Amino acid sequence: MAQTFTKSMARNIFYGGTVFFVLLFLALTFDTSRALPTRDQRAQLDPSTELGQRIAHGKALWEHNNCIGCHTLLGEGAYFAPELGNVYVRFGNNKEAIKAFIKYRPAEGIAGRRSMPQFNFSDDELEAIAEFLKYSSEIDAAGWPPNIQG
Amino acid sequence: MMKYKSQGVAKLYFTGAIALFVAQILFGLILGLQYVIGDFLFPEIPFNVARMVHTNTLIVWLLMGFMGATYYLVPEEAERELYAPWLAVAMFWIFLIAAGLTVAGYLLVPYAGLAKMTGNELLPTMGREFLEQPTITKIGIVVVALVFLFNVGMTILKGRKTVVSLILLIGLTGLAVLFLFAFYNPTNLVLDKFYWWWVVHLWVEGVWELIMASILAFVLIKTTGVDREVVEKWLYVIIAMALITGIIGTGHHYYWIGTPEYWQWWGSIFSALEPIPFFMMTVFAFNMVNRRRRNHPNKAAVLWALGTAVLAFLGAGVWGFLHTLSPVNFYTHGTQITAAHGHLAFFGAYVLINITMISYAWPLMHGREANSMRAQVWEMWSFWLMSVSMVFITLFLTGAGILQVYLQRFTDVPQQFMVVQEKLALFYWLRELAGLIFFIGLVVYVVSFFVAARDAKRPELSAEVTPASA
Repeated sequence: MAQTFTKSMARNIFYGGTVFFVLLFLALTFDTSRALPTRDQRAQLDPSTELGQRIAHGKALWEHNNCIGCHTLLGEGAYFAPELGNVYVRFGNNKEAIKAFIKYRPAEGIAGRRSMPQFNFSDDELEAIAEFLKYSSEIDAAGWPPNIQG
Repeated sequence: MMKYKSQGVAKLYFTGAIALFVAQILFGLILGLQYVIGDFLFPEIPFNVARMVHTNTLIVWLLMGFMGATYYLVPEEAERELYAPWLAVAMFWIFLIAAGLTVAGYLLVPYAGLAKMTGNELLPTMGREFLEQPTITKIGIVVVALVFLFNVGMTILKGRKTVVSLILLIGLTGLAVLFLFAFYNPTNLVLDKFYWWWVVHLWVEGVWELIMASILAFVLIKTTGVDREVVEKWLYVIIAMALITGIIGTGHHYYWIGTPEYWQWWGSIFSALEPIPFFMMTVFAFNMVNRRRRNHPNKAAVLWALGTAVLAFLGAGVWGFLHTLSPVNFYTHGTQITAAHGHLAFFGAYVLINITMISYAWPLMHGREANSMRAQVWEMWSFWLMSVSMVFITLFLTGAGILQVYLQRFTDVPQQFMVVQEKLALFYWLRELAGLIFFIGLVVYVVSFFVAARDAKRPELSAEVTPASA
């Protein structure tokens, strides 16, 4: 690099640039947090309602069984098993279909094929998970995924 | 050869890191096989468990490597002993035992049982990708990181302050601070995902680049003898570009998770610029080696350094750019394209920078400037085996990804996920084969340490430059 470009100029670009873009990122974050209530279905999450409690329970079960270790949810997670952000729609807007699928996984798997483990959920737990997946499908994800297959 | 005795604590960290690296790759091979033989090890080790072990051992060993590198680098830069070497040793054992217990928990207890045992409901943080560790482990990581920062910070404060050690410290501080977002886990899925990226993206496409660049700068100063002023100017420009592009570049994760559509603009534009700092690192590394003022006898370390620069640019830069523009990402989001990029980026940038430092520092910590030429040849073989096979893993996953995107997302008659997966089997088999070659490369790498140790007892095999008159 030419002598006219000095180390202190490089240092100033680093500190100045970093501070500027951190502030810009925080400003965008602030704006996003104001825009989210119209997109993220937070009304459903009200913990004083039965629905809100059920979704929260469903998310806890989703986490406690590490579902993200095989599936994606809104495209994030592992790529071993189908996308679940739109599974509610894919299963015909039917919570019962989701519950039945999870409930009847064979404990010993399927010979030679990928299979979801049998988690032995109670009916309450199945309902909570289905409710959480229904809520996920209603988030405004800018038109993603491209089609019903996820 | 080591200037300060306390630099030797790095040995522990490097050994622990390599041991976890081996475990990581073994579980990678299991995962690769499960992609084609779906019931392999089922239900004993289901895919999600093997994947947790694969990704979590990776994260822990990279962190361990960064810490070891820091403990080696900082006393030399600060020109004094480490503030408290015993603390560094104690923290290593706490870190290793916590990691070991966590992995044992993954393998021996169903994950839901582990969540219950560790009281996850008190402060739920588990069950999110890469942040699967029990909350108590996460608290342990915070404690280890804070003690580490204190130890390193005090050493720098009381000693000589260089640009290299300062940038490293900024990177490490950022790493510790951003990890705190791992404790924020609201029921609101959009907010959960939004701040999850503050750990994941701002680590690997933000502060980790500072750590990587400063370690690379240190090794290049030492092995090429190029003037420090020149290296420091490069370092500032590289990390400036890393943060200027990378911070707003976070937006490429905010396209489809419920966040406003304007992120498609911010994310596309800024993340399209993210290859720049990686390209500069490549130019920097080759430039310094070409302008070298000495021929360092550790040729393997220089090879690892150049390899880091090239493969980080390919993996993080080129393969990142491939799917970062939002109209492309609309189709590729969460497919094997993502997996392809993830593998080459982590290997090129963060695996190789760690091995670069280990390769440079290990002989010095054992009283020799470089390993015997024979041991270095083993190392160079391992470099080529691992690097070429990782490039092939990336190419096969990219092939699988393109086919997946077309069949499942792009054609007029999209097919089901599992139907498409079966059509990708050939690519997955080839990936597994490349994975096996990678593992052979890793074994060769481990063997190189034993060859080096044995040859060190025979001075006639030394690679060190001896005066021609002798």
